[in-house]
Amino acid sequence: MSDIVLKLSGIVKSFPGVLANDHVNFTLKKGEVHALLGENGAGKTTLMNITFGIYRQDEGEIYINGERAEITSPHRAMEYGIGMIQQHFSLVPSFSVAENIALGLKGSKISPKVDLVRKKVKDLAERFGLNVNPDSRIWQLSAGEQQRVEILKLLYMNAQIMILDEPTAILTPQEATNLFKTIKEMVKYGASVIFISHKLKEVLEVSDRITVMRHGKVIDTLKKDEVSERILAKKMVGRDVVLKILKKPSAPKKVELEVKDLWSRGDKGIYAVRGVSLEVKSGEILGIAGVAGNGQRELAESIYGLRKYTGEVKIEGETMRPLSVVSRMKSGVAYIPQDRKEVALCGGLPIYYNLFLKKPFRVPEFYLNPYLFNSSRLKRPSEQLVNEYLISTSSLNLEVKYLSGGNMQKVVLARELSLNPKLIIAVHPTRGLDVGAIEFVYKILLKARDNGTAILLVAGDLEEIFTLSDRVAVLYEGEIIGYSKPDESHLEEIGLMMAGVRKVKK
Amino acid sequence: MRLKIEKRNESASTLSVLSMSVLSVVVSLVILGFIILSLGKNPIDAYIQLVSWPFGTIAGLTQSLISMTPLLFTSLGLVLAFKMKLWNIGAEGQFYMGAFGATWGALFLFNHISNPWIMLPLIALLGAGVGAGWGTLAGVMKARLGVNEILSTLMLNYVAIYWVNYLVYGPWRDPASYNFPITAEFPKAAILPQYTANGINLGMFLAIAASFFVYYLLKWTRFGFEIDISGDNPKAAEYAGINVKKMIVIVMAVSGALSGLGGMMQMSGVLFRLQPNFSPGYGYTAIIIVLLARLNPFVTVVVAFLFGGLIVGTQQIQLFLQIPFSLVNAFQGLLLFSFVAGEALLHYKLRWLKA
Amino acid sequence: MTQNIMTTTISSAIRAGTPLLFASIGELLAERSGVLNLGVEGMMLIGAFTGFAVSYNTGNLLLAVVAAMAAAAVLAALHAFMSVTLRANQVVSGLALVFLGSGLSGFWGQRYVGMQAQALSNFSIPFLGKIPIVGEVLFNRDPLVYVGYIIVPLVWWFLYKTKAGMNLRAVGEAPSAADARGINVSLTRYVYTIVGGAFAGLGGAYLSLAYTPMWVENMSAGRGWIAIVLVIFAIWDPLIAMAGAYLFGGISVLQFGLQVAQIPIPANIMKMFPYLFTIIVMLFTSGEKMKKRFGAPSALGVPYSREGKM
Repeated sequence: MSDIVLKLSGIVKSFPGVLANDHVNFTLKKGEVHALLGENGAGKTTLMNITFGIYRQDEGEIYINGERAEITSPHRAMEYGIGMIQQHFSLVPSFSVAENIALGLKGSKISPKVDLVRKKVKDLAERFGLNVNPDSRIWQLSAGEQQRVEILKLLYMNAQIMILDEPTAILTPQEATNLFKTIKEMVKYGASVIFISHKLKEVLEVSDRITVMRHGKVIDTLKKDEVSERILAKKMVGRDVVLKILKKPSAPKKVELEVKDLWSRGDKGIYAVRGVSLEVKSGEILGIAGVAGNGQRELAESIYGLRKYTGEVKIEGETMRPLSVVSRMKSGVAYIPQDRKEVALCGGLPIYYNLFLKKPFRVPEFYLNPYLFNSSRLKRPSEQLVNEYLISTSSLNLEVKYLSGGNMQKVVLARELSLNPKLIIAVHPTRGLDVGAIEFVYKILLKARDNGTAILLVAGDLEEIFTLSDRVAVLYEGEIIGYSKPDESHLEEIGLMMAGVRKVKK
Repeated sequence: MRLKIEKRNESASTLSVLSMSVLSVVVSLVILGFIILSLGKNPIDAYIQLVSWPFGTIAGLTQSLISMTPLLFTSLGLVLAFKMKLWNIGAEGQFYMGAFGATWGALFLFNHISNPWIMLPLIALLGAGVGAGWGTLAGVMKARLGVNEILSTLMLNYVAIYWVNYLVYGPWRDPASYNFPITAEFPKAAILPQYTANGINLGMFLAIAASFFVYYLLKWTRFGFEIDISGDNPKAAEYAGINVKKMIVIVMAVSGALSGLGGMMQMSGVLFRLQPNFSPGYGYTAIIIVLLARLNPFVTVVVAFLFGGLIVGTQQIQLFLQIPFSLVNAFQGLLLFSFVAGEALLHYKLRWLKA
Repeated sequence: MTQNIMTTTISSAIRAGTPLLFASIGELLAERSGVLNLGVEGMMLIGAFTGFAVSYNTGNLLLAVVAAMAAAAVLAALHAFMSVTLRANQVVSGLALVFLGSGLSGFWGQRYVGMQAQALSNFSIPFLGKIPIVGEVLFNRDPLVYVGYIIVPLVWWFLYKTKAGMNLRAVGEAPSAADARGINVSLTRYVYTIVGGAFAGLGGAYLSLAYTPMWVENMSAGRGWIAIVLVIFAIWDPLIAMAGAYLFGGISVLQFGLQVAQIPIPANIMKMFPYLFTIIVMLFTSGEKMKKRFGAPSALGVPYSREGKM
């Protein structure tokens, strides 16, 4: 028993309307990498947030090295030797790397001991192969570098239990491989690691044991050598999953979207899209792969008319004016943005408003008199959409912020697709959804494609790109660095392109 | 058993909203009572006077209705702005500028017109227009440069007040005024029809009509639909093809126009001449009125009437009980605090947990 | 003669800038912790009234200043309770504070209108006050002006060079990161909102005890709002805030200079200058771009809850 460093026993945690953790038991052995596998919404992050003191459990106990522990705050968790790298990093942007690590350290009375920290950080960085300049400010660093700062922070504090929440989501495949090396190195020095993920492959690659969660419950805990990808998938989802959705070969016809030499600046004022040219034909899906932050958002926003650009965007041969969303809407462009809550929905307004944010005045077939219009007239057509898109809600009047993530995305899809678009721009359309909802999205997008819609799909997840797209373009630092085919055999090629290695011309 | 506070997963019911409103008024009154007591006055006496005069006598009721008019115009202007989450704190300045515009028209631009049917619409338009311009100024700065509208409208209030001061102490001072800082009286044609000897005039009915207009704008037009969307989430509005910057400017303009119209009505209906500090802070009181009325134009009419009574009643107790008029401000502060606290509490509910 | 105008203008600019200086340093501290307190005007008024009343009744100036700070701090504590504990709308709560402060000070202050009380008087700092011109302008003032000279570099040093200052900045910029390092976010916000209120009260006391030693209703005349603009102007840096405060002070005393120089501008037009100037300043400082780099408190006005959105 002495080799069990962390034991969670009978953890229950509920949120309004959801039972996020239902009597969960979990153990972590010393020196192991233990993966916590499950879909979005399975309760993995909640469980770890309880372990790290961000949430308090409603019921259940936590034991550390066999002793009952009351973890009331993250700070308390750290005193117990638990550290966690959350998906949203816990760093102060204007501080330097060393200052971030020095923040809150005990010891010195008046001035912070940044110099001491800087020295120690340099040592640690060298030992674990984590290359970061301790004097850089956080806002200057890439997401991957920021993650290394978070790891350094855990190492500096000598955390014995390290929790990593979906750490590879922001990394290239090669960076991910480096991270796995670091993890193994850390384990060698005696740490134990909990690795949260919903990706089967990396779980099998990095972990010693795997605990699968589903709907807030632990389904099983398995040793790595006992399982295969297929068994894990089944346990994770609860039924056999057709990992590959069958799709008919595409029948591309005329060019719907043509982009020529598009340049566009990001929020920091630096060019984020650097001369992109591409074409999407009706009846095909062009997948844009790439690590997040390489200009995907800016590209999609420029094409949709939300962001300034130079260059040319043509829809069905007609040149669009920059910064004119209305002209896109009139030409039949639908847009599923990556931050659906922030961009695509009005959380404080009822569902029937949100289903018709765009339609009432701007779409000819659905024209309403702007001087004699009451929003209640949207209710009947909304009811139809709610049924058609299987949006589960108690009432049309419910404010959208109270819906689950999957239902929110269905509201967006229902609105966008009911416009019968000629072109769909979909950015991370399945992020944060569970398998049921993901399948729903896939089917709807493929159906639209088969009906002759052109689709530009931006996704970080290569599985998704492979499942849906007919062609793949890789975006790196705002440029399309190359095209490839959407199947596993090109994985390495795509991974290299994602890291900026140009395809060798034959 | 353990008590757990958690966020609601649906909007609070009308009943709980209503009872929270009543509770906040009661709490404010109780605290105010202690404040009155601190001056050695009897709060019960004060409250009786405060209510009985404005609501219990004909003279008081008339006065309450008269002070409701400027409150209602400024409040309706704010309803639109607040719906879009534009914190227009500048109703006071827009009100002053409207009065300035009306005076300008009545005494200088159109003083040769003797037909009230031409004169009154003209100065109403001018008052509303100048008020709109004052609001637009803040709107444009917000839309183009991201200038915080709270701070800009507030600064503009001071500028407007000093501008009126400058005029009545300077170039517009009536030579026949024995050196009082007031302008000449409005010509007959520029005075609103009066219905009672003590001042009930057309302005009050126009103010109530304006509440229907605002209701129509919000509930029955695309403009209102787009205000809802832009107010809830400007990014989603842009995404839905709404030009949010344009909306900001238009809403600030309409908002300012309504306050400006209020200023004109105050000149043409009640005061008949421009003078310094002619508003006891109507434009600021309007902020509280619309928040308590939860941005509903019809409820605003009722709340504006009550606040009209409050102002009249406080003037009364100042006269008879020597309780300073600033009490109104303190009360408004307390109301706003208890309102905002209640609002925050409505987001949560209590739940018992086993264990 | 011109030299005389210069020295008078500068020294009155410093005097006029001092209340702004205190108020904006206070607001700066509150905002650095992530709490937007729009109630500065109300807190200054309560400070001005309390300072005057205590001076009038006791004749003890030190006590008057301390009481002014304490009274304003009480109002600030109310705002902190609303913003931090109840997580209420900080804009509305701040506005409520303005109403309350203006109302209470006017209500209780009415019987002090037209009264005379003990006021702060100038004293020359030995040696420094003897320097020609500079000594007269800078070191022959009342004690609170000197406090202003000292407090600003002190606050700067505190913010950037001490552990507590680092914690404060972290709380305003990334409260969850601060929380994870064991910094008590709520407590920090309470403390600096209250300290900020005390500074606003000090600014108010300066008005009624030194600048124009008497009590007049609403005597702060928008200075509380200008102080809020100053904080933005200063990109949350106390040293720039100091320069800004004296600059604004200069604008507001411009009329005396122009009068002396016999340039005829009506007084009421002149009185608009500080407000117009404030608007102009806002035109140039409202861009979002620079803020992140200089450590503007990005969590400003956002209530913190460890459980995030739940």
